[in-house]
Amino acid sequence: MRYGEILTAGVLALFSIYLMVKSAELPIGFIRGQGPGGGAWPFWLSGIMLICCAMIALNWWRRTSPPSQSDEPFFDNHGWRTIGLVGGGLIAFIGLIEIISMYGAIAVFLFYYLWFLGRHSLALSLILSLATPLLFFFFFEGLMRITMPTGMSFTDPVFDFLYDIIY
Amino acid sequence: MEILGLLGDGMLIALQPLNLLLIFVGVTVGLFIGAMPGLGSVNGVAILLPITFLVPPSGAIIFLAAIYYGAMYGGAISSVTLGIPGASTAVATTFDGRPLAMKGRASLALVTAAIASFIGGSVANIIFTGFAPVLASVALSFGPPEIFALMLLAFATFVGLGGEDIPKTVLSICLGLVLGAIGFDQISGAPRLVLFDINAFLQGIGFLVLAIGVYGIGEMLWTIEQTRGEVENNTPKMTARGMVSDAGEAIREGWKGTAIGSFLGFFVGILPAAGATPASLMSYGVAKMTSRKPEQFGRGSVDGIAAPEAANNSASTGSMLPMLTLGIPGSPTTAILLGGMVIWGLVPGPRLFVDESEFVWGLIGSFYISNMAALFINLAFIPVFIWMLRMPFTILAPMIFVLSIVGGYAATRDMFDIWLILFFGFGALVLRRLDYPLAPAVLAIVLGPIAEPTLRQSLLLSSGDPMIFFNRPVAGPITIIAIILILLPALKLLRRKKPTTAVGE
Repeated sequence: MRYGEILTAGVLALFSIYLMVKSAELPIGFIRGQGPGGGAWPFWLSGIMLICCAMIALNWWRRTSPPSQSDEPFFDNHGWRTIGLVGGGLIAFIGLIEIISMYGAIAVFLFYYLWFLGRHSLALSLILSLATPLLFFFFFEGLMRITMPTGMSFTDPVFDFLYDIIY
Repeated sequence: MEILGLLGDGMLIALQPLNLLLIFVGVTVGLFIGAMPGLGSVNGVAILLPITFLVPPSGAIIFLAAIYYGAMYGGAISSVTLGIPGASTAVATTFDGRPLAMKGRASLALVTAAIASFIGGSVANIIFTGFAPVLASVALSFGPPEIFALMLLAFATFVGLGGEDIPKTVLSICLGLVLGAIGFDQISGAPRLVLFDINAFLQGIGFLVLAIGVYGIGEMLWTIEQTRGEVENNTPKMTARGMVSDAGEAIREGWKGTAIGSFLGFFVGILPAAGATPASLMSYGVAKMTSRKPEQFGRGSVDGIAAPEAANNSASTGSMLPMLTLGIPGSPTTAILLGGMVIWGLVPGPRLFVDESEFVWGLIGSFYISNMAALFINLAFIPVFIWMLRMPFTILAPMIFVLSIVGGYAATRDMFDIWLILFFGFGALVLRRLDYPLAPAVLAIVLGPIAEPTLRQSLLLSSGDPMIFFNRPVAGPITIIAIILILLPALKLLRRKKPTTAVGE
């Protein structure tokens, strides 16, 4: 945890400097007749962020903040595995949206989580994985008129059938 | 007495069968739209606006106002049950609503939210009825320095919202403000902070993207990591007797927060640039600062739920005031309502109360009826929401992930934002592990776009002299209070640290 504290402060400090540089692409001072320049607000706020990072580093060095006193690992093996399995599932979910549509991706993600991670029965996993996207379809497309990504063209027959129901 | 007569006539209009039906349908639809992460009153009102052309103008605006009310009540539901604020107005409700639900007291949290919302709405309705024209002129006297001073006061309450690590809290506030500045400079229109030259950043980062990332994805990843996926379900079954007991506890424990939220919420709500989000946040901060048990805030305080919920409802009614009396919308939702009124041939402004008296008082009467209907409909649905919480965690967790992604897309219709939500979710997990408070960042991204232009306009007015925030009769005291509030936690921390150092030495 102690290592994580200083590493995060360092990354945030670098990000603050980057933000200051990007902000300076617009004027950061006071322009007569126009007021503060467009970059002033984010520039000075990023500057305060940088100062805060320095104070966090100082607290780390003095071991005054709880994470800087902790010898615990940032995540243990089980934690990394859990985050990997759930986070990986989420990345795959979002990646699949533009291929098999939002509703298809929901079905796949739910089945993966319920059956593989949740260890629910195959029947329950299948029912929930198929019913939820259908419910969402009728709510968003039918009731709210909000169109979700329909994926690549091979999903068209399914959506043609569903749109015939609601329109 | 004349006002009471007009209000009585207005209520009779609101109680006509068609209008009453529109109120009940509107409140119910609004409740469910508000409860959906990513959808808020603005979506509900915008989507259902075309339907209102089927009914007379008075019924149409009553229907839309009922949706607005329902959505304000509904926002608390996702904050409490899922830990995801459905709209910016419900962010502050998450701070204590979710911890209370995690303790198995979700029904208390939901009942508190419902009662506080009702009281907040009622107080606002009464003030609205009695003092509309006077308050409209007060609201109009707030210029950029006053609005910025109010924002500064809101930021000052953030410092109190964070933990004891002040650098991390300030960093969180600044990060939220900078993220809110991405996109285009509001005044010159020039592209600003297009990170890594990715053009998708030109559209900026919306509040919901950060909020869903932090509270939806980040919170769930955190819970799964901390509990190893084995969350114990300790939500008890909901009974009628339990609800009555919760109502008593909500009133006993939450009266102070409700009172603060009701009055402060209305006052902030009537200001054209402010609205329900700063109102709920400031009420939360003030309730915490004036509480005898401030340490309970963030851990499931009833006052911590009552204050923002009373405030956001009160502010919603308050935001109708500049719309009706001056033709200035106080929030995105009232802007759509204003558009609707113009389409129906009504001209908002001071003459509206004279020329369209029946319409105006019918609408005001409907506020009272809608508020009452929202309370009963909300209480009736609480057992359904509690049932949802009783689902096994391995079913609830993927559903929350799916709702976060779908809700996020529904709000922005952009896949880039969905990737950002995921990025913020992982980022929130790391920062939370290291004790960074994240609520200030989420709240800052909402208030940043209000604060920056008012600061710049003020400095332009004063030719760069910051004394403009101190020497104006309204802005001055607010600025000084804000500065004291910012300095207070730092001073407290210094005073607490000294004896520790002495013992150590």
